[in-house]
Amino acid sequence: MSLGLTLNNARIDYAGHTLFRDISARLEAGSWTALLGRSGCGKSSLLRLLAGLEMSDLHQLDLATDDGQPLTDRVAWMAQQGLLLPWRRVIDNLWLGDDLRRRPRNRKLAHELLAAVGLEGREQAWPDALSGGQRQRVALARTLYQQAPVVMMDEPFSAVDAITRLELHDLASRLLKDRTVLMVTHDPLEALRLADQLLVLRPSSLPGHGAELERLPGLGAARPVPLDDPALPPAQAQLIARLRDSEEAA
Amino acid sequence: MKRLHAMRHLVISALLLLGLWQLIIAVTAVPPYILPTPQAVLEVLIQKAPLLAHHAGVTISEILAGLVLGILLGLATALALAFIPRLRRTLLPMLLISQVIPLFAIAPLLVLWLGYDMLSKVVMATLIIYFPVASTGYDGLRQTRQGWLDLAHTLGASPWRRLIHIQLPAALPALASGIRMAATAAPIGAVIGEWAGASQGLGYLMLNANARMEIDLMFAALLVLVAFSLLLYFSLDALLRALMPWHRDRLTRLS
Repeated sequence: MSLGLTLNNARIDYAGHTLFRDISARLEAGSWTALLGRSGCGKSSLLRLLAGLEMSDLHQLDLATDDGQPLTDRVAWMAQQGLLLPWRRVIDNLWLGDDLRRRPRNRKLAHELLAAVGLEGREQAWPDALSGGQRQRVALARTLYQQAPVVMMDEPFSAVDAITRLELHDLASRLLKDRTVLMVTHDPLEALRLADQLLVLRPSSLPGHGAELERLPGLGAARPVPLDDPALPPAQAQLIARLRDSEEAA
Repeated sequence: MKRLHAMRHLVISALLLLGLWQLIIAVTAVPPYILPTPQAVLEVLIQKAPLLAHHAGVTISEILAGLVLGILLGLATALALAFIPRLRRTLLPMLLISQVIPLFAIAPLLVLWLGYDMLSKVVMATLIIYFPVASTGYDGLRQTRQGWLDLAHTLGASPWRRLIHIQLPAALPALASGIRMAATAAPIGAVIGEWAGASQGLGYLMLNANARMEIDLMFAALLVLVAFSLLLYFSLDALLRALMPWHRDRLTRLS
């Protein structure tokens, strides 16, 4: 269950100026890609564009899937705050998609996934009674429940404390290992631990082009890269320097 | 626990008011045809219970009918405003105008047009309830979190299923405060209608008692009205809470 994507000619114009244009990238089947860049450069917009979400800005995109079929209904979306519906119990949040499409619920899968994210026994809890980390686990379980080959995440782990975040990295790496993942993140460590390739959205040298995409390779080790991996600290320092450069150039 | 707490405070407040009432009579020596004693009011309440019950029945029916109609119409307006953008330009100013017309001023008109019977009072109560429900409902529907709408989009929701599963539940807390507001205003509508012209109802009874200097009866009618209004508020509040078991003030954190 994985699907590669190729995007070309991505462009968004926001409030009369070009946020970016002529953006191309390749997301290999089953690979993880981190999308980085300074605030307001348009990385969330690019992610929304790829996920096919409604946009008020002028936009265009050529998106090709490896199997030639449309991407519609094959993308799972996970956002920063988890977006659990507070009026649905934990387990009801998992099959929200089934209820929205009038499809039968898969109870067995829902229970299995909640157990997999370590929330067995909390099926009937209200989301507001959970901690931030637990809520993100439920959101992760819901994302998995969709069984979509492509997963797009907008800063999925940024609203939790550092230790919880590292735990969620382990969990997500294990459960999403065969999916094609594209995630927006502000956290260089998170990007390096999880991603096979890093895409940095930075100001273009061409006038009127807005931002351009720079591709950096990941560390190429196991996912998640262990915290005591000696390659991690220098890579992190380099990446931070790179991101800072792009900010000063703007 | 919290509800019991609120009830206890209500009882304490009522006792304090009663004490103040008694104190004013003792200190100012005001004659009973201006301000009756609590005991005198209680006696009338018992003596004339059948009379009071009859008139209260009329007023309560008017209030409840107005409440149901006002909530239904308000909700329909909120939905229309939220989902038919073209309606907004014409409907929003009309809504505002309907609210700035003083109800006292149109009460005699309604009685003239719709008669002395219950209908004109039901319409008054409906009018007073309609606006808070329509405006809070519209606000609630409009302010659905963008993230939830995005999620519904990626999950392939039709507009109708999105309304049922996302937008309406999301609007419920805002709508609930509108309905609570309406519940406290509804009795005003019915009583104003009865003052403008009626042959029965608590408002009619109070005007009549006032004209005949039966101040104790007037106070008894007022007391019945207040007691019913409080009962209405707390029942609606309990119902709304039951509809929103997830809401934050009902949860205790377990983890």
